[in-house]
Amino acid sequence: MTVQLDARPPVVPAPQRSSGRLSRLDTQLSPYLYIAPFFLLFAVFGVYPLAYTFWVSLHDWDLLGADHPFVGAENYTRLLADADFWHALVNTLGIFVISTVPQLLAALWMANLLNRGLRARTGWRMAVLVPNVTSTAAVAIVFGVIFGREFGMINWLLDLVGLDAIGWKSNRFASWVAISAMVDWRWTGYNALILLAAMQAIPRDLYEAAAIDGANRVRQFWSVTVPLLKPTIIFCAIIATIGGLQLFTEPRLFHSGTNPIRGGPMRESQTLTMYMFENAFAPHYNFGYGSAVAWLLFALIAIVAAVNVLLLRRLGGDRRQKGAAR
Amino acid sequence: MSRLWRASPLTYLALVVAAGLSVFPIWWMFVVASRSSDAMGQLPPPVTPGGNLGANIARLFDNTDAYFLTGLINSAIVATTVTVSVVFFSSLAGFAFAKLRFRGRNAMLLVIIATMMVPTQLGVIPLYLLMTRLQWNDRLPAVIVPALVTGFGVFMMRQYAGQAVSDELIEAARIDGCGTARIWWHVVLPALRPAAAVLGLLTFMTTWNDFLWPYAVLNDPANPTVQLSLRALSDGYYQDMSQVFTGTAIATLPLLLVFVLFGRQIIGGIMEGAVKA
Repeated sequence: MTVQLDARPPVVPAPQRSSGRLSRLDTQLSPYLYIAPFFLLFAVFGVYPLAYTFWVSLHDWDLLGADHPFVGAENYTRLLADADFWHALVNTLGIFVISTVPQLLAALWMANLLNRGLRARTGWRMAVLVPNVTSTAAVAIVFGVIFGREFGMINWLLDLVGLDAIGWKSNRFASWVAISAMVDWRWTGYNALILLAAMQAIPRDLYEAAAIDGANRVRQFWSVTVPLLKPTIIFCAIIATIGGLQLFTEPRLFHSGTNPIRGGPMRESQTLTMYMFENAFAPHYNFGYGSAVAWLLFALIAIVAAVNVLLLRRLGGDRRQKGAAR
Repeated sequence: MSRLWRASPLTYLALVVAAGLSVFPIWWMFVVASRSSDAMGQLPPPVTPGGNLGANIARLFDNTDAYFLTGLINSAIVATTVTVSVVFFSSLAGFAFAKLRFRGRNAMLLVIIATMMVPTQLGVIPLYLLMTRLQWNDRLPAVIVPALVTGFGVFMMRQYAGQAVSDELIEAARIDGCGTARIWWHVVLPALRPAAAVLGLLTFMTTWNDFLWPYAVLNDPANPTVQLSLRALSDGYYQDMSQVFTGTAIATLPLLLVFVLFGRQIIGGIMEGAVKA
C-alpha cells in the first residue's frame, strides 16, 4: 500500500528535505483542515436548519405540544387559502416595488453626479454612504417619529405647502411609502457607489465618439452609460430584491405599541417575514405553519430574482440593438 | 484614467441636497437626544443640540425596562467575538481555496457561494429549536456561534488571496522548508491584511446591527443586545422620546465611529465589488 502510494507522483511537486513524508501529509491534509471549520459549523447551523425547516413545515408543530403529528402539505394548502398571508405578500411586493425602482434610478443619478471631477471626492462619497452604516433599528424608530401623524416632520412640511396631513401609519399605501423612504434612504448611496465603480471602467473614447455623432449629455447617458452598466444594474437589482423581500426590522420598528408584529392595527405594512414571526413565535408559536411561510418566502425570492434578470436583460438588450441599428 | 467632466455648480448643488438628506436624520437624532422631551412637539423642529444629553443618558441607563447597559456590553461581546472568528476562519479557508490544490475544491467552493444566497428567515425556526435543545435560548452563544463563519467571508478572502499572494512566493517558502501553517502565518496573512481589515469592519457592523435573529432567540428582556434594548424602549408605553433618541444615538455611535475612522477602506471595498449587502 504505502509503496504504491509513494510511487505516485506527488500532487504538489514540493521538494522534500529530511521530513518528506511529514510534509507530504501536511500538503495533503492542511487544505481540508483549513476549510473544515466553515463546513462543520455550516453543516450544523446552515444545512441542517434548511432541511429541517422543510421537515417542520410538514408537521403540526406547536412549541408547547408534546408530539408533532405529520400533516403532509396541509400547512401549505392552509397558507394558500389564508387571506392574511396574501395580504402580507401584497404588502411585501408593494413595498419592494415602490422602494426598489426609485432607489435604483436615484442611485444611477447619484453615481452620475459623483462621476465628475469633484473637489473633496471622498467626502461626498462618505456623505452619501453614511445612511448605510447606521443601526437599522435606530433608523426605523427615528423615521417612525419623522412620519408621525401629529408632530411628524413630514406632515409639518406638507402643511407648509398647504397639503393635508397623512396618516403614515394608519393608511396602508402611505405606510408602504414611509417604509420605502426608509429603505431608499439607507441603500441609495450604497448602490450609487457600486454603479460609480462600474461607470469609471467605461472607456472615455466611447463618449467622445458619441459626442462626434451628435449625442448630447443626456443622450450619452442613456445610450452609452446605461447599456454598459447593465450587468451592474442587474446585480444591484438582485441584491435589492433579496433585501427588499426579506424586510423585517424597518416595518417592525416603524410600528410601536400594541401588537406591532402585525404592522399596524389593520396589518397595514406587515411583511412576509413579520407574518412568519407572528405565526412561528409570539403569539401563536406554530412552528409548522411558520416554516411553511418561510419556504414560500424563499420561493418568492427566487422567482422575483429570476424575473428581474429576464426583464432587465430584455430591456438593456433592446436598447443596445436599437443603438446598433441606428 | 482619462479626464473626467468637470463638475458644474449645479452638480455641487445637487450633491449638497443629496448629502443633506443623507445626513439630516442622523443629525436630528443627535439633536433630539440632547434636548428635553418637549423638543419632539416643537414645530418647526429644532436643529441645534441642546444641553440635556447628560440627563437623558442618566435616565436611559436607569430605565429598568430597557437594560441598555447590558445591551451595550452584550453587543460589544458578540460583535467582537464574531468579527475575530470570521476574519480568522475566512483567511484560513480563503487561503486554502485560492492557493492549495485538493480534491473537491471547486465543488466545495460552489457550496460556499450557494450558502450566500439563502435567506436567514429560512433558518430561524429550526435554529430556534436547535438552541432550545442546546439550552442556549436567551444566552449569548445562541447569537455568537451560528455567526462564527460566513460564506461571504470565505469567498471574499479567496478572491483577495488569489491576486494578493503569488504562487512563486508560496513555492519559495516551501523550498525553504515552511509547512503550510507557517506559510499561512508568515506569508499569506500579512498579504491579506487589507482585505482582513475590510472584512472585519463589515462583519462588526453587520453583527452590531443585527436584529432579526437576536429578536427571535433572546427573549429574556434582562439579557438583550443593544438593538433589542432599542425595541424595548420604542415599544414602551411612556413617550419619553428624548430618552429613546438618546438610545438610538448611542446604538449608532460605534458604527459612525468605525465609519469615520475607516470610511475610505469601506468605500474602497464597496467599489471593488468586495462587499455584499
